[in-house]
Amino acid sequence: MDFPINRTDLRELKKGIDFAFRDFSRTYGDAIEAFFDPLMHFMVWLEQLMIGAPWQVMILIFAALAWLGSRSLLLVLGTICAFLLIYYLRMWEDTMSTVAIISVATLICIGIGIPLGVLMARSERVQAVITPILDIMQTIPSFVYLIPVVMLLGIGKVPGLLAVCIYAMPPIVRLTNLGIRLVDKEVLEAAGAFGASYRQKLFDVQIPLALPNIFAGVNQTIMMALAMVVIASMIGVKSLGVPVLRAISNQYLALGLMNGLAIVALAIIFDRTSQKYGQRLQKHRQGGHDV
Amino acid sequence: MSDIKVEIKHLYKVFGPNPVTMVEHVKNGTSKQELLNEYRHVLGLKDVNIKVLACGVQVIMGLSGSGKSTLIRHINRLIEPTTGEIMVNGQNILAMDTQELREFRRHTLSMVFQKFALLPHYTVMDNVAYGLKIQNTPLIEARERSQKWIDRVGLSGFERNYPAQLSGGMQQRVGLARALATDAEILLMDEAFSALDPLIRTDMQDILLDLQEELQKTIIFITHDLDEALRIGDNIAILRDGEVVQQGTPQEIVLHPEGDYVNDFIKDINRSRVLQVGSVMSNELINDGPEIDISMVIEEALPKLSAANPKGVVTRDGKAVGSVYLDRMITAITRPKSTSKGKVIYS
Repeated sequence: MDFPINRTDLRELKKGIDFAFRDFSRTYGDAIEAFFDPLMHFMVWLEQLMIGAPWQVMILIFAALAWLGSRSLLLVLGTICAFLLIYYLRMWEDTMSTVAIISVATLICIGIGIPLGVLMARSERVQAVITPILDIMQTIPSFVYLIPVVMLLGIGKVPGLLAVCIYAMPPIVRLTNLGIRLVDKEVLEAAGAFGASYRQKLFDVQIPLALPNIFAGVNQTIMMALAMVVIASMIGVKSLGVPVLRAISNQYLALGLMNGLAIVALAIIFDRTSQKYGQRLQKHRQGGHDV
Repeated sequence: MSDIKVEIKHLYKVFGPNPVTMVEHVKNGTSKQELLNEYRHVLGLKDVNIKVLACGVQVIMGLSGSGKSTLIRHINRLIEPTTGEIMVNGQNILAMDTQELREFRRHTLSMVFQKFALLPHYTVMDNVAYGLKIQNTPLIEARERSQKWIDRVGLSGFERNYPAQLSGGMQQRVGLARALATDAEILLMDEAFSALDPLIRTDMQDILLDLQEELQKTIIFITHDLDEALRIGDNIAILRDGEVVQQGTPQEIVLHPEGDYVNDFIKDINRSRVLQVGSVMSNELINDGPEIDISMVIEEALPKLSAANPKGVVTRDGKAVGSVYLDRMITAITRPKSTSKGKVIYS
């Protein structure tokens, strides 16, 4: 067959890209690593704190958070049972590492994702630029962006965290954008008619009314971060993904199942808690005079 | 009553990618339909000129699509005009920059919306205080001032409810209180009572007229309901396809409708409730008969006369100024036949 580009040229092209990136990572790798240093220290500190704390205290904290979020006794009970089981089946440390990385990843996604979503909602042009980038982030096979991340930063927590964030950020950006665009135009017009500035409209009207959608985004982000944990463990993130990987390569059925189910338990707890919290944010939508 | 508060001069609004050149076409006689078919532009407003007097209720009336909501949004520049001038308190509001416009909207005028447009996540109290919050009024003062208006519109006890927990009529009272709380001199009301059922609507009109007597604001009121327009308006402008077809007091519009369009409108109204004795009196002074004030509507004046006693003394401030006859009043309130020319013939 006849291709417009011959084999040698193609090889040269690929080599060119590879060498260029290798040179780039040799020149700037250290600087970039240094830039992420505080983040790594924070993650290590958080992980050590959670592993180091007495397990009873941690379970109480989780139960309290579940109560604050959901106000559901059933969920609190489920949370306590799940974590007790995790402790007795000796998956405690990996589970704490997982919760630590998920928490940091979610915070980063919220911190970057919500402002990005706000910008997208404000301008059609920004939306036109960001939407395809989000599409790429969600569909490109994770291993593909693991390569340059590992080349730049080596293996470890920070590259793992980046990989998780790349995968988990799109939903919160999309849903923030959507939520703000769905805010009732009349209410927004009323705010404008009373002389509200852009900032006042954003913080008094748009974000509060978009919160249910934004919260659905946070929920999705947490779920996707959890799903990414196994892949992140391939590049050296300590988490429940590590025993799962070991189980795959050695065909340990029970080990894989137990750690897999621990991830599922975390997912269910996070999901129900954040969903219930999101619903409670919409209290004002209820009708009836005697609330 | 003689100060001009808001003046709209030669206002044109065309929607589309190239509005300014379209205005020239409209000035040269292109109709709304031709503009749409040939140039794909929508004519919103065409050469609107309205003078709104201070402390009066100016009604702008028209059917849906006549441009009335577009027009009212020009007065606080929620919509920018294509060409024309809008003066408020003698100041050209089109010359204002963003900051000036914001201050203008905060202090000079406020607006009530057809679908209420309350903030669903705020309580009644916070909704009423919203305009003050935007002005950065201290919270305690804002609450105090809002409470006064909540009480005034009859919502005491509902301060901590959310809008979704209130009926439509109550929600619009919140909307009204919110607009009044900023003490703005001009009140823009965009079909404010149209979404309410008839009884509640009459109720709200009463509240508004009551408040107006006390507050003497300048109110610009949009409606598609002629009965409402005649009831609350000191002055009415009738809008059709973006053009003002007639302006005048309710008496003038009912007695001298210009053209078939206005004529069709006034055909079905209750004339006895609009026409005042002054419109049908004669200058002949008589001595006996019940005294009837010149501004009384015929509906109220009729019971004072009877077949046995068919004439009354018309008074102004207690002094006799003329007389009125039963048959003249009855003639005036019968529905007129319109001729092919659109002129109204009585008798």
